[in-house]
Amino acid sequence: MNTSPVGAHSGRARAYRLAVAARVLLASVGGYGIAALASALLALISSGTRAEAVSTALIASFAIMAAVVIWVFAAGTVGRAALVLGIVAALLTVALWLAGAFQTGGAA
Amino acid sequence: MSRPRSVRQSMAWLHTWSGLVVGWVLFAIFVTGTASYYRPEISHWMRPELSAAKPDPAAAATRAGAFLQRTMPDAAGWSIKLPNAENPAVEVYWWRSFSGPFHHALLDPASGERAAVRDTQGGDFLYRFHYELSLPPLLGRWIVSACAMILLIALISGIVTHRRIFADFFTFRRDRSAQRGWLDAHNVMGVLALPFHLMIVYTGLVTLSAMLMPWAVQTAYRGDILRYYADAGIMIAGRPPAGRPGAALPLGEIVSRAMAAAGESPELVMITHPGDAVATVTAYFEEPPGLAHLHPQIAYDATTGVELGRVGEAGAATRTGAVMVGLHEAHFAAAPLRLVFFLCGLMGAATVATGLVLWTVARAPKNAAPEGLGLRLVRILNLGTIAGLPAGLAAYFLANRLLPVALDARAEWEVGAFFGIWVLAAAASALYPRPKAWSVALTVPALAFLAIPISDALTVGELRFLGFDLAMAVLGLLLLLAARLAGRRAAMRQPSRANLHRAAEA
Repeated sequence: MNTSPVGAHSGRARAYRLAVAARVLLASVGGYGIAALASALLALISSGTRAEAVSTALIASFAIMAAVVIWVFAAGTVGRAALVLGIVAALLTVALWLAGAFQTGGAA
Repeated sequence: MSRPRSVRQSMAWLHTWSGLVVGWVLFAIFVTGTASYYRPEISHWMRPELSAAKPDPAAAATRAGAFLQRTMPDAAGWSIKLPNAENPAVEVYWWRSFSGPFHHALLDPASGERAAVRDTQGGDFLYRFHYELSLPPLLGRWIVSACAMILLIALISGIVTHRRIFADFFTFRRDRSAQRGWLDAHNVMGVLALPFHLMIVYTGLVTLSAMLMPWAVQTAYRGDILRYYADAGIMIAGRPPAGRPGAALPLGEIVSRAMAAAGESPELVMITHPGDAVATVTAYFEEPPGLAHLHPQIAYDATTGVELGRVGEAGAATRTGAVMVGLHEAHFAAAPLRLVFFLCGLMGAATVATGLVLWTVARAPKNAAPEGLGLRLVRILNLGTIAGLPAGLAAYFLANRLLPVALDARAEWEVGAFFGIWVLAAAASALYPRPKAWSVALTVPALAFLAIPISDALTVGELRFLGFDLAMAVLGLLLLLAARLAGRRAAMRQPSRANLHRAAEA
């Protein structure tokens, strides 16, 4: 299943390992980060009562994380995956700010 | 992964490696979690001194309240699980703070004193192990949750890898080659119970979602989770303590009122700030028929007995989450459906086990070449987990019957037997000669499981435990069958290896 030329050349082997490590790090930290931001946002903008919105956000968060992780491993290069995740995280943060998540005592 | 590959190749890689790194922990979670479908039955068997009675819940509540009043009058909370036909003892917990420790005792409903029963954690040990791994609760839950998330990833990437999912279902090429056989076994187990696997891992994460993803409650409720629970219809809002003492009614009085109000006895009563002037007694009733894990609740003032409120109606999203938790716990399932859940759980454990074995078989040296360090490590961890954990499980049950009843810290000794025998079996399996390792390693737990009904018959010997004993015997026989199959496969492989040698020499 492992089609990469591990062991063919020690430099390339190291580059391969680094790329794998980078992807694992990006998938776990990025996956949780995006899920956390999306869940925080969903709790503020989902329809229904405030409690219903929170319940929706809690249930959906793990699907979001799984989707991000799968996508990070399916993406062509680590750099592209990191770039896209960065943009999505930035957009979610802006949306959270617009939804009033960072005002003290606002939403509550 | 440094150069572009097809998505399916990436997913195959992801499936292989994500499955490997958490496989051993997942196997342990699946096995102990599956056993937890029969947690009450296990606890009954492990406490043979308790026999079914027709208890009076109100009187039992009053006596339990008196016991807790003597034990910790200034507790932050008490909880009393009332006796019923299934559970004859009164189970009480008390705690000084919500961060624990939570003290626990089993009481005799007739006397209100500690029940004369052997000290054991019963089925609760296996239940807690399946989400805390006997680690500090928070750490254990995070580790188990991380493993669950990685399993979810492994399931999704596995589905993408097997695009021929329906055809694979009817493929079992046992005789083609060892690797084909294991791959097909892994696919059949995985695909047959795939809806269960996806359901159990996702609902498991949802069960712990408030801890894992606190961010929604953080933004919408500024972190006030109790207010979210009250708004959502999960719990009744609490009251802050007054700070001055109050004289509470006998608990039985409040239980009688709850029985009159709901038409059934509460399953559990929880007392917050006992002894305080605004102490609250909350009665939790059994879940109504249906999938959702939502207990009807009524709160009473502990001093006046006046009803304070009932739990609100849960909305669609909250109800969906509660159904997920309900599906995970399967409390709604009557005996036949529970058996299906149990078998699906076993298939989950078998999927993990065949996947782990497949990893080593696919990488086994082609001729007599020595194993690499990584391969050897995985093979030994496989033996130690897949054959070692059942040995530990059997030891846990055997210890319950064979240790002296009055032994000091008996419950800890039982848990010690579980881990001690597991570690011993794992260490021993590292020493078995490679061709015979699986058959020897599986024979150990097989014999241990077969010894359980015998030890029960010799020490307790009651007819009501016949079902449990039969189940243990069946498990033992299944393990024995697996040991024999593994032995035969090893024997079959020997001549072909000799042929290979001859071919290489020629």
